[in-house]
Amino acid sequence: MSRDRTTLAAPSGAAQFRDVATAHQPFRTGRLILWVVIAIVAIDFGWIVANNENFGWPVVAQYFFDPTVIQGLYVSLGLTVVGMILGVIIGLIIAIMRMSGDRLASGFASLFIWFFRGTPLLVQLIFWYNMSTLFPQLSISIPFGPTLASWDTNSVITPMTAAIVGLALNEAAYMAEIIRGGLLSVDRGQAETAEAFGMTKARALWRIIIPQAMRSIVPPTGNQLISMIKATSLVSVIAMADLLYSVQSIYNRTFEIIPMLLVAVLWYLLITSILNLGQSYIEAYYGRSDRRSGGNTKVEAATAEANH
Amino acid sequence: MNPAIDATPLVQARNVHKSFEHLEVLKGIDLDVMPGEVVVILGPSGSGKSTFLRCINHLEAIQKGYIEVDGEQIGYRLKKDRLEKLSDNRIAKQRRKIGMVFQQFNLYPHMTVLQNIIEAPVGVHGHSRRQAVESAMQLLERVSLSEKAGSYPRQLSGGQQQRVAIARALAIQPKLMLFDEPTSALDPELVGEVLATMKDLAKQGLTMIVVTHEISFAREAADRVIFMDGGVIVEQGKPEDVIGNPQHPRTQAFLSRFL
Ligand SMILES: Nc1ncnc2c1ncn2[C@@H]1O[C@H](COP(=O)(O)OP(=O)(O)OP(=O)(O)O)[C@@H](O)[C@H]1O
Ligand SMILES: [Mg+2]
Repeated sequence: MSRDRTTLAAPSGAAQFRDVATAHQPFRTGRLILWVVIAIVAIDFGWIVANNENFGWPVVAQYFFDPTVIQGLYVSLGLTVVGMILGVIIGLIIAIMRMSGDRLASGFASLFIWFFRGTPLLVQLIFWYNMSTLFPQLSISIPFGPTLASWDTNSVITPMTAAIVGLALNEAAYMAEIIRGGLLSVDRGQAETAEAFGMTKARALWRIIIPQAMRSIVPPTGNQLISMIKATSLVSVIAMADLLYSVQSIYNRTFEIIPMLLVAVLWYLLITSILNLGQSYIEAYYGRSDRRSGGNTKVEAATAEANH
Repeated sequence: MNPAIDATPLVQARNVHKSFEHLEVLKGIDLDVMPGEVVVILGPSGSGKSTFLRCINHLEAIQKGYIEVDGEQIGYRLKKDRLEKLSDNRIAKQRRKIGMVFQQFNLYPHMTVLQNIIEAPVGVHGHSRRQAVESAMQLLERVSLSEKAGSYPRQLSGGQQQRVAIARALAIQPKLMLFDEPTSALDPELVGEVLATMKDLAKQGLTMIVVTHEISFAREAADRVIFMDGGVIVEQGKPEDVIGNPQHPRTQAFLSRFL
């Protein structure tokens, strides 16, 4: 009935030409010109960079897989992974403390975030590294009571532990705020529903709140991870042999500063590109319930599951 | 369903008082609900209906009086003549026999319909996954949504979402079901399907406390209608009496709006 009406009311052109299924994009001359100009500039720039001897591409190629560089790369990656994992775990705990009704817990969390976000990471790293000047002995004891165990600070705080502690605590302060924002973005009714169904607070958090909060936690966390990789270069000041430190140690010998820095730059770019890719997969995963289509294929899976 | 046969009430509320800061919302509610009874609570906005419902499963703590469900005092326990607050985990345990359906459905948006339904049976009640899936599919059939098991809540209409929410609440095999305006967020043409599902449950002998503005539902499905206003129960009785022949002027004024 409605089709009859449209045909009758059509002001111009027959109905079969008005079907949007037959539509095509008009050719856009302006955009083509823009593309050509950008391509020419990019190729020209690439040509200049590739042919400028000062960049020392042969040296870059020669040292790209150098064992010292690869060793440094492992250290950087290891620090990033460990620092990030610890940062997320501590950050989650701090975020929950900050949101809890307990004055003591939320007060401590605020203080933690205030301090670690408010001071430069470089200073924190140097501080941790020099702990022994502040506290020559680390010990576990009952306050004003007997000492249970004690260590020499220098044997505990190696460059490695100083780097991990420094990066992890700094990261935790940022992650705490990111996670808190994510948890707050979840509708209040969700926590209430989980509670009404007899879930414990921990279970409600784990099964209901956190998966929904992930939507808003993942993008800034990807950002943090990438900053973290670059921040690991700061540990070279406490004699940690990370990627930057290892290329520095090479150019201190060979004086090929620019090519060696290019080696580091290329590695950093490579890693961050891979991470970007991973991030978009994770985002797609946590956004899956938002897609309107695709419900039907899953019905079969769900009923198949029900049947066996 | 004749509630008088079973003498012990499933729900006992005595002199329940609840305030938010200085606003007293419930001012002494007394209510017994017998097993199998369907009680519909009517009342103007702000009269404390939702608050009372939320007190029954301790989503809100009350300040005076007590509430007992299935022989257990909600939120507290008596220990040598002294009343002591229960821990959060103990309260969580008490809630396991009470199902609740919310005005805004509150399905878990990141889970499929099937996952929504089996979440509490598997995670809270410790049922096996297979058993939970099996009974979930039966429940979905009961609310005529079998083909939606794999869909996400956002892919469903409001009426379908609310029917899933009802199935989810039934999946824990509750002794008591609480409904807080289950049809208020629905388009008029979707209200009927949800009410039909609820009438079905009422017929099968489920104990239900329903807050609603659907007078027709109260008339057809309720064993008892309660009219609340200003934090007290103003009038209660059989639907034909309270709705058909209200005694209190406030009830009359409220009901006249629905004629
Ligand atoms: N968390 C809260 N904090 C403060 N006041 C509240 C809170 N919850 C409810 N109230 C107040 O308590 C009163 C009763 O609210 P309640 O939601 O129980 O009313 P209701 O009868 O369910 O109304 P409606 O029909 O509009 O849902 C209202 O005045 C409301 O503003
Ligand atoms: Mg209400």
